[in-house]
Amino acid sequence: MENNENIPEIRNYVFNFGPQHPAAHGVLRLILEVDGETIVRADPHVGLLHRATEKLAESKPFNHTIGYMDRLDYVSMMCNEHGYVLAIEKLLGITPPVRAQYIRVMFDEITRILNHLLWLAAHSLDNGGMAVFLYCFREREALLDCYEAVSGARMHATYYRPGGVYRDLPDKMPQFKQNKWQNAKDVAELNEDRQGSLLDFIENFTNYFPQRIDEYEELLTNNRIWKQRTVDIGIISPERAIALGFTGPMLRGSGIAWDLRKKQPYEVYDKLDFDIPVGKTGDCYDRYLVRVHEMRQSNRIIRQCVDWLRANPGPVIIDDYKVAPPSREEMKISMEALIHHFKNMTEGYIVPEGEAYAAIEHPKGEFGVYLVSDGANKPYRMKVRAAGFPHLAGLNELIRGYMIADVVSTLSSLDIVFGEIDR
Amino acid sequence: MEVNQLLAEIQSHIPSGIVASRIALDELTLEIQPENILTVCKALRDIPQLDFKCLIDICGIDYLHYGLDDWQTTSTTETGFGRGVLSKLERDNPAKPNRFAVVYHLLSLENNQRVRLRVNIPDGKELIVDSVMEIWPAANWYEREAFDLFGIVFRGHPDLRRLLTDYGFSGHPFRKDFPLIGKVEARYDATLKCVVYEPVSIEPRVLEPKVIRHDNRYLIEPGDATNGK
Repeated sequence: MENNENIPEIRNYVFNFGPQHPAAHGVLRLILEVDGETIVRADPHVGLLHRATEKLAESKPFNHTIGYMDRLDYVSMMCNEHGYVLAIEKLLGITPPVRAQYIRVMFDEITRILNHLLWLAAHSLDNGGMAVFLYCFREREALLDCYEAVSGARMHATYYRPGGVYRDLPDKMPQFKQNKWQNAKDVAELNEDRQGSLLDFIENFTNYFPQRIDEYEELLTNNRIWKQRTVDIGIISPERAIALGFTGPMLRGSGIAWDLRKKQPYEVYDKLDFDIPVGKTGDCYDRYLVRVHEMRQSNRIIRQCVDWLRANPGPVIIDDYKVAPPSREEMKISMEALIHHFKNMTEGYIVPEGEAYAAIEHPKGEFGVYLVSDGANKPYRMKVRAAGFPHLAGLNELIRGYMIADVVSTLSSLDIVFGEIDR
Repeated sequence: MEVNQLLAEIQSHIPSGIVASRIALDELTLEIQPENILTVCKALRDIPQLDFKCLIDICGIDYLHYGLDDWQTTSTTETGFGRGVLSKLERDNPAKPNRFAVVYHLLSLENNQRVRLRVNIPDGKELIVDSVMEIWPAANWYEREAFDLFGIVFRGHPDLRRLLTDYGFSGHPFRKDFPLIGKVEARYDATLKCVVYEPVSIEPRVLEPKVIRHDNRYLIEPGDATNGK
């Protein structure tokens, strides 16, 4: 008892994870308080990528912000655009042509696969698997080529417009050209599936992609190390998941079949046939299974869209010059069209006074845009409900009581991107 | 359940506390007095017919410049049109008595319904709203964000720190009187060997003037997409 002052005081250790850490998925500073190897508290410090996108949007005509939406969640670009244009369309009271809706759905699902592939690549890399990373990026390449073919940009497409999409799908898939590093034989090989239209290329992709998913699953699903790192790690109960505002695969991983594509269908999702995969325990492994199955379902949806788009040509943007600019050809002959084009490009269009919230099933969860308009050519207030935001806010609850190594598994199972969390 | 039915259901279960309700674009908005927020929210979550168990979003709004434009278009002036480069938004706006508002978006997974709550904070009072974190833990970061960007204080929030802005940031950047360009700029000072903050050297400038038009040709009837061509 006399030696009391000699006993060292035992305190929890507090340390930084990030902001420069390969498993932090960008610029996350996570302050971890540990008791030995066990996490007692996690305090994420976000905002290192804050660009005030919402305030920027308030200073620009509506259409100028579409490009900023790509840069929110920069691995699911077109889905962000979709949420934004839906909110504008709701306020304007316009509906895009059916063909535009099918194109949007098709590209939403391509985007979902892109997002899940990148997530799978990063998740497996975080848990120590290098091979899947490389394979996933191989498939992403083909899909990014679809982005490029349709919009001219591989990532930040700015393809969706209020009232439709910027232009119709190209009849010819761009091909590789011979160069210093690739001879005629190499190029012919690369161009083998690029002989037809973009739709042919996508159809070909949907034919081989399910086997590629089988390959990833072969490497991971029954892998002993993979299961040791993910099964029963980061469990969240369905009740807590709802209370914490989780959506998307984070909620479905806990066993709740909530998907806006089924529950509150937008565009043409109610005409398409697909299933909603759900998990059971709500751990990292279930979230992995849910996302992998979602890729298979997205593949199915893309296939249906390709078939429909092939059979049904038509306009891809609304015929209202107050919102969408007239075609280049018409501008050459019509004075009215020229004036409309000028006004549209300089001033933009006026959106009636009011407020609207539009949400879509983004690859990460519910992505919503809340728009307040005071009847001007710029949004008065634009609020982005980022899908990953509540997920990261719930991180403390997800990893409390787990080990330090589980932080990485759990964090990457959230599928967070700081572009949308910090905005 | 239709939106109208939902409104009737809410009115029958929550007799007091809701000041006004409005249905526009198939969306239900309830206006609530700041002092009633906790009771109404609790009822919306716990009454099984309503069952709003999921808080989707909290959004702060600053109405300082609502309905003001940079560029008058209704009448011509003797001096002709300006180029609209200098912002005219700094005027007071007496038409908007409540400057700040907090908007909540709720979702019921059971009933597949959404509702929007709006709390207008009266002028002259302190910017304080009760925190709904006890009701929906998801409110944690949303309230921190609204505090950070608008300076709205949420009473009862256990950890109301800034969320998105830098450590040591002063001001609330999403308020309409906060310049888009910011107030300070940072640079590395080679003589002091540290990063120094200085007032911004860029003059604020409007690139595209904000225009509000009331002419008939800009009125688009909802559902009628083909007019105005």
